[in-house]
Amino acid sequence: MTEATSGQVQDDAQLPKLSDHLRAEIDHWVAKFPAGRQRSAVIGALHAAQHENGGYLTAPLMVAIARYLELAPIQVFEVAAFYSMFETRPVGRHCVSVCTNIACMLRGADEIVAHLERRLGIRLGDSTPDGRIFLKREEECLAACTGAPMMMVDHKYHEHLTLERVDEIIDGLERD
Amino acid sequence: MSDQTFTITVNGTELEARPGEMLIEVTDRAGIYIPRFCYHPKLSIAANCRMCLVDSPKAPKPLPACATPVAPGMEVFTRSERAIAAQKATMEFLLINHPLDCPICDQGGECELQDLAMGYGRDVSRFTERKRIVRDKDIGPLISTDMTRCIHCTRCVRFGSEIAGIQELGTIGRGDRMEISTYIEQSVSHELSGNIIDLCPVGALNSKPYRFSARAWEMVARRSIAPHDCLGSHQSIHVLNGRVKRVVPEACEAINETWLSDRDRFGYEGIYAPDRLERPMLRTPEGWREIDWDEALQRAADGLRQVVEMAGPEALGAWVSPSATVEEGYLLQAMLRGLGSSNIDHRLRRQDFRQQASDPLAPLLGMPVAAIEACDAILVVGSRVRSEVPLIAHRLRKAALRGAAVSFINRGAHELLFPQADYLVASNALVGELRAVVSAAGKAAGGELPAGMRIGDVVPLKVHERIAASLASAERPMLLLGLEAGREARFAEIQALAAVLAQLTGAVVGLLSEGANSAGLAQAGVLPHRDPGGQLREQPGQDIGAMLEAPPAGLVLWNVEPEADTAHPVAAKAALARAGFVLAFSPWFGESLRDSATLVLPIGTWAETAGTFVNAAGDWQSFTGVARSVGESRPGWKVLRVLGNRLELEGFDYPDAPAVLARLQSSLAGTLAQSPASPDWSLLQGPVSGTSDPLDPGLYATDPLVRRAPALQQAARAFAGNPAARQPQTA
Repeated sequence: MTEATSGQVQDDAQLPKLSDHLRAEIDHWVAKFPAGRQRSAVIGALHAAQHENGGYLTAPLMVAIARYLELAPIQVFEVAAFYSMFETRPVGRHCVSVCTNIACMLRGADEIVAHLERRLGIRLGDSTPDGRIFLKREEECLAACTGAPMMMVDHKYHEHLTLERVDEIIDGLERD
Repeated sequence: MSDQTFTITVNGTELEARPGEMLIEVTDRAGIYIPRFCYHPKLSIAANCRMCLVDSPKAPKPLPACATPVAPGMEVFTRSERAIAAQKATMEFLLINHPLDCPICDQGGECELQDLAMGYGRDVSRFTERKRIVRDKDIGPLISTDMTRCIHCTRCVRFGSEIAGIQELGTIGRGDRMEISTYIEQSVSHELSGNIIDLCPVGALNSKPYRFSARAWEMVARRSIAPHDCLGSHQSIHVLNGRVKRVVPEACEAINETWLSDRDRFGYEGIYAPDRLERPMLRTPEGWREIDWDEALQRAADGLRQVVEMAGPEALGAWVSPSATVEEGYLLQAMLRGLGSSNIDHRLRRQDFRQQASDPLAPLLGMPVAAIEACDAILVVGSRVRSEVPLIAHRLRKAALRGAAVSFINRGAHELLFPQADYLVASNALVGELRAVVSAAGKAAGGELPAGMRIGDVVPLKVHERIAASLASAERPMLLLGLEAGREARFAEIQALAAVLAQLTGAVVGLLSEGANSAGLAQAGVLPHRDPGGQLREQPGQDIGAMLEAPPAGLVLWNVEPEADTAHPVAAKAALARAGFVLAFSPWFGESLRDSATLVLPIGTWAETAGTFVNAAGDWQSFTGVARSVGESRPGWKVLRVLGNRLELEGFDYPDAPAVLARLQSSLAGTLAQSPASPDWSLLQGPVSGTSDPLDPGLYATDPLVRRAPALQQAARAFAGNPAARQPQTA
């Protein structure tokens, strides 16, 4: 999991340029903390960067964020590698994560996972070859036990799932 | 922290403690041992290894001694049943994923985990699952990694962020998948990086050049002094069968704390370079020929005599490495002066000698090394300090982090890894910017400048005023002149201006100096204008600048490779080509000597000879030879003693190195006071010689020894291609 996502970052000139929107977003997070505590803004910055980058982070992008925040690149990598919300390798555009924790498991989550794997032809943790769907590795409790079984698709909760409902949701995702 | 103390009870004994202290600090002071992996007195507290759990009956659970502040009346047991049980349980967890392969681990025999496992580990593991395996990272030519052995104490990570000032290693992942890594595989490139080898309590980070070449218990550890910069770090040289296997730091709070720069740690490899000279070599019309010592010494003596007879004693000159020992320097100048010449110099990279008579007797800091970090305003002039003296940079960093205003006037922008109050890039000469600061300080002090000082056309900017004011208002201001300043073509002016600024602001003027022993050689008389002890000569000899311009007919080189060690490589080469007789004393027989020398005598490196270095704080630090001489090479002072006898010179019958030192010290006039040069402004009106851009040898090219250390040379190349690591810039 800690494989370098791309080769050495040779030169600052080769780093991706952060968009105006992304800079504004990072500034927004930096402003929330005392001066000199910009390390606290890393999570917010990574969320924004991942969103803008199609759902995953690259090493050059993280180095660019580190430069912008005036941090050592490793301090950004550490955060990205720690939290499961950050993807550090290319993944599909739509992130599908099925809760498999106790409540959902009792209500048939394993079946949903098996169904999705079969239908999409990929295993948990993989993306479809067309880059449309990313089946996130087992998610721990997403705090929606009252609606079990549930899954999260692109930050949106879908509860009281049935296999038909799952198909409907997947079919409803754009296909471009 | 207040001065009030109170008592706590540890194992039934009452101990004195100060508010805010952690329990482990109190027990360490009292000599009560508590096992630990992640705690280190120089690093922040992480409390993540849990090995230091102790029993406090009032607390519901065992407490980590490293992260538990003391409280009045606290009662603690470090060896109670509960404490031992907690420590044993911790050890069991630590050993779950740690390989049990001590016999093939380089750390075996000197491993904190191995030692503590003897005391706290179980004989039999209850862990029957598979152990995890972590891929090793390539973090450069200096440090080897066996990451499966890592127990995640994070000392290496904290060293990067807290001591080095740039975090290169980090913790990637979490839980049982956590790894120490650089993430993007790249070299760890800080000039103090080797210290993480010592910090690592297990065999995860080890010395790459030393790897698998000896066992800790086979080697003899002998104390010595580091030979690459003017700090004189304390170190231990580990020797096996007379051969240097590795070098590690010895704790000395006043000088190097517990650290050692990579240059001092890995430079030893150069001792055994392929071009190490084992027997005296003589140039003949048919090429180089090996000769025995008897013939070599006779030819050396004859050659020197011949030069004196044919061309007079003034035709003899000597260039001495600034890292030669005091004893070598003293004997060499005695030999040369015995033959009638005073053309001897160790200031090989200096260009400006106009004011040498008012130089201080020795280039010193003017304060103990540790006092730098207590200064509250420091102006550094002309220094790539991280590559010049890495551990002085560390002291400056500590001062800056404590809130001192550390400012720089430099020729280029160099990454410093600590906050600077101001950083002035002087486009052509340092002297212009420094003059503006002096002018600002003068105006602030009421306009009184020394008579004759021409400073009228300088208009100080805000930044100059700010620097001047920070020095003037500080309680302990310091003005530090670096090696680049010393190599400037207008060093005389820099020194004079520094002296004025010191008068105006009360700042102490400190000098960094080349090599390991400039301060010692200056006092030993290895200068054209001073005798041993520092007395000015009525008839000064030629300095290195003059010798480069008008080369002497006979030249003695002491551990010098002229093209790499002097300010003017081209002029040096030309000078050698024109000299009729070049007698080189050198541990190596490199390209430079092959081209230029007439006769080369093999001498020992610092590890093979007894000697003394004087560091920038003025500490005289003697050391003994720790390794067997390579081939037939001999300690330099012994070669000089015999040569002196062959030349039938007076006073060359010393039984040992300390006798040489005693002789020199008897001629030192009292204690050496750091007297700032009294500026002679008229001298400064003369023409300026030398190039405008002084030569910077680079971090790992400062002397012949380090230029031959393969791992450091690899590191230098790796860093050059790794701008992300932001190494101090070198030319």
